[in-house]
Amino acid sequence: MEWTAIVMQLFTGLSLGMLYVLLALGLSIIFGLLTVVNFAHGAMYMWGAFAGVATVAITGNFWLALLISPLVIGGYGLLVERTLIRPLYGRDINYPLLLTFGLQFIMIEIIRIFWGTSDRPFSAPASLSMPVEILGIFYFPSYRLFVIGITLMICIVLWIFLEKTNLGLVIRAGTRDPLMVRALGIDMRRIWWLVFGIGSALAGIAGILAAPIRSVFPEMGIAMLVECFVVVVVGGMGSLKGAILSGIIMGEASSITTLFYPQMADIVIFLVMAVVLLIRPSGLFGKAGLLE
Amino acid sequence: MSSNKRVTRREFLKRTGVIGGMAALGGFYTPKKSFAQAKEALKLGLPIPLTGPYGTEAKDQQAGAELAVAEINAKGGVLGRKVELLIRDDKLKADEAARRAKELIESEHVELMAGALSAANQLSINEQCKLHGIPYMSISQSNEITMRPDNSVYTYHEALDPHMTTQAVGEYVGKKYGKRWYFLTSDYAYGWQMTDGFRRKGKEYGIIDVGETKHPLGTSDYSSYMPRILAAKPDVLFLDNFGKDQINAVKQSTAFGLKKKMQIVCPVLLMSSRLGGGDEAFDGVIGGVSFYWESNHPTAKEFVKAFQKMHGRPPIDYAGYAYSGVKELLTGVIRAGGLDPVALATAIEGRTYDNYKGEQWWRPCDHQSQQDVFIIRSKKGKGEYDVFEIIATVSGKGERLLRTCVEVGQDPDKPIRSGLIKK
Amino acid sequence: MKETAIEGILEIENQKARVQKQGGWQRLVEIVSRNPLVFIFAFFIIFPFIVPYKALATQIIIWGLFALGYNVCLGYTGMLSFGHAAYFGMGAYTAGIVLIRLLENIWFALFCGLLMGAVMAFILGYLCIKRRGIYFAMLTLAFAQLLYFVGFQWVDLTGGDNGLRNIPAVPLSIFGLSIDIYSPLRFYFFVLFFVALSLLAINLILQSPFGHVLQAVRENDQRAKSCGYETSNIRWLAFVISGAISGLAGGLYALYLHFVGIESLYWTTSGQVVMMTLLGGMGSFIGPFIGAGVFLYLEDVLSAITPNWMIFLGTVFVLCVLFFPAGIWGTIIDLTARRKR
Repeated sequence: MEWTAIVMQLFTGLSLGMLYVLLALGLSIIFGLLTVVNFAHGAMYMWGAFAGVATVAITGNFWLALLISPLVIGGYGLLVERTLIRPLYGRDINYPLLLTFGLQFIMIEIIRIFWGTSDRPFSAPASLSMPVEILGIFYFPSYRLFVIGITLMICIVLWIFLEKTNLGLVIRAGTRDPLMVRALGIDMRRIWWLVFGIGSALAGIAGILAAPIRSVFPEMGIAMLVECFVVVVVGGMGSLKGAILSGIIMGEASSITTLFYPQMADIVIFLVMAVVLLIRPSGLFGKAGLLE
Repeated sequence: MSSNKRVTRREFLKRTGVIGGMAALGGFYTPKKSFAQAKEALKLGLPIPLTGPYGTEAKDQQAGAELAVAEINAKGGVLGRKVELLIRDDKLKADEAARRAKELIESEHVELMAGALSAANQLSINEQCKLHGIPYMSISQSNEITMRPDNSVYTYHEALDPHMTTQAVGEYVGKKYGKRWYFLTSDYAYGWQMTDGFRRKGKEYGIIDVGETKHPLGTSDYSSYMPRILAAKPDVLFLDNFGKDQINAVKQSTAFGLKKKMQIVCPVLLMSSRLGGGDEAFDGVIGGVSFYWESNHPTAKEFVKAFQKMHGRPPIDYAGYAYSGVKELLTGVIRAGGLDPVALATAIEGRTYDNYKGEQWWRPCDHQSQQDVFIIRSKKGKGEYDVFEIIATVSGKGERLLRTCVEVGQDPDKPIRSGLIKK
Repeated sequence: MKETAIEGILEIENQKARVQKQGGWQRLVEIVSRNPLVFIFAFFIIFPFIVPYKALATQIIIWGLFALGYNVCLGYTGMLSFGHAAYFGMGAYTAGIVLIRLLENIWFALFCGLLMGAVMAFILGYLCIKRRGIYFAMLTLAFAQLLYFVGFQWVDLTGGDNGLRNIPAVPLSIFGLSIDIYSPLRFYFFVLFFVALSLLAINLILQSPFGHVLQAVRENDQRAKSCGYETSNIRWLAFVISGAISGLAGGLYALYLHFVGIESLYWTTSGQVVMMTLLGGMGSFIGPFIGAGVFLYLEDVLSAITPNWMIFLGTVFVLCVLFFPAGIWGTIIDLTARRKR
């Protein structure tokens, strides 16, 4: 096997991993702070893609869609938390999971009603359509490089937000010791509300970034959801570092497996999960607070 | 005093609530007796995947079937009975399809069945029909449905199968393009059958199999496969997958610049894929279809006209299958003079007909409809549905595209009679 | 003063009257919840005659059985498993494969299905049971998906995505007689027999000391541990029982459809049984059957009206989670129990 093929495979694995990273970050943030498993995360990802489709249909501008999608889905997340999830706090930990499980079906049907069941074409903007030569060795779609780049940017922004701002400080404290934070007089519920919105926005932007690569259709979040869960569990639920690392690992694992034994590509992430969990039952970075 | 009232009012509400509930429960039972009519309607069941990713194709199946039924009813129905089409949603799930078939047979007492889109659903509906002795017209691609042990005297297959498709497309590609062939195969029966079929045909043209990559069904990211494909330096890349997988594969192949180096071929090139992927992605891609509405054939024009009149849009691939299949089933009953399965089979077997696309023939040994395949190329058209041009027609005459009767486990000299049950 | 005294007396009188007037409905619900089995049997005997078609009744009791098995895990032991499709699907495939390849005997096939469900639960339970809560749910989901992919690829055994077909319609051999059980009504009662057996079995288990320990473990794991119970083993055993019943339901489903689809192993099947159990009410016998009945009936009725029926079902489910977490039956019990005070 030529080493150029392997290098190219590593690049494709990285771009695949980036989508996982965005989705896993959103899920992890929500779980880390609220201990809510957002089963509707895949549906939010899908809504992000459709929000992009709608925006481009109206304005014809991809960059605008890139901005609007996370805002719309984030806003939707705020709504969901306030009306549907908040009443469930104090009850068994499983209820928000069950609720979001049902919610995703409603979200899928709504899209089916308005857009039908068939695929929506969605292309990357012209500026990103040309393949780019990497290291003089092979051609790689510039759009995927863009996805890698923008995901890294988002991670950096998120890191700055959590490390350098007061709000970020409260969020980090909230994952470690919610009782203490409340004792200090801070209303955690607003924080939870905000974080759910942020997590949803991350799912939304993942959706629109994925749209030119994959087809846009109502069920696109279903398969993604399970893979996303596996990534989060491996990284450690509630750990951002874990989500990023796990996303990249899973993307590369899937990609490299495809090179050598493609039939196993679906199964490999489950195998990785089984192995990781047997060694470290809480995932790579366990249950500690965010960014640890 | 007041508390007494409170009790009785609540009691009252509760009682009426429960009684209402009981009434609703009683309403569970809706007797399915039809009125005593001069002639009862002939019910034809059609389970199709109205919900799920292939809803559009399913709606076209429905539209085609509706047109056929309307035409037959306009001419007086079947043996004086009006045909009633009963549509059900099988949600693209095989067990749901079996349930729906059960419901149609046991509750609605359908006497004929047509339908299904996915191969699995066709087979599971076929199981139910064989169990109850109901003639079933399958209107979508499947290799197994005409083979033992699935096939039976009750089973009919109007659509193409992967084998026929690949023989036709392979023939065209073998003549026109380079010898180095690469296969991107969806890792399930459909994909394997397509690739096998191409390899078989390719041998006749001395092609070189430079590689195959199997990808799991439902893969959305094909980037990992691109390096291998490029490294193999093929002349032709066959995308042996379906629906969304195909759209994704085509989009991503284009993004990775594959088209500059090789010809991309989709064995089954559906209009819905083309519309879903867009003209840029599909530009230059060729493939096979059973039917394209801009065909110049006289019966095609008639069919398109009638379809457009009834539904306001041109028919796509599956509409044609449904239309022709349902029409054949119903006219078969008319010719047979009744619903006896052997009489029906005899009336259909060996028949040459032309409903919408050209000459077709029912092969007696396995009830497969022999037909031509069209080779199309994607183009950027003027209208919404003007997306392909027909660049060749591969003839199906003389069983040249079919597997032999022996190959499918049937007797070449006798019509199929297996699975006949006493009712 | 006087008024309050009189009002006080009136209040007591009214309370007495209320207690005496404890309506027929409250009593009925109370009796039913105390003797669920009798009422379930009685209802199920007339059930096939009040639904639109008998196959639907059969479908409902098969899924009801599955939900019953699942309930042992969720309702009685408090573990949210999202991978029960593994046991249902494996049970279905095993029963089908046994009939096709091994032995054309229904009893044996169903027994194998049940056994396979138990064995699967034994293995997967061992891997998952140490984790609690969300991790447990995610692990069960992931392992079930793994089984799905394996089943998908192993075409020679399972038929892959085409499904397992040509399951023979073997007549039931009992006491030397050979009975054809495949007419709709007969098949219903055949399935009902197994449902009844399972109900009795579960009832016995839950009434036993083991059953009480299960409840203790659900209520407070720590306390049960401090009483000296090996809680993870207990939960594991409950998980295996749950898997066995799910496997039996799967086997019956294979006989019912003469076919096993690959979706029976997919996580949406797991999700469906979770929804049914929640809808009907966890922690009771009647709950799962009500859940299965309502879910499947609604689905049947609604899909004839609109292809977007999922939106109604999803909404009903969400409302249930929000406002009626005890499910239909649980809410009925709550309402009537509240009255007695």
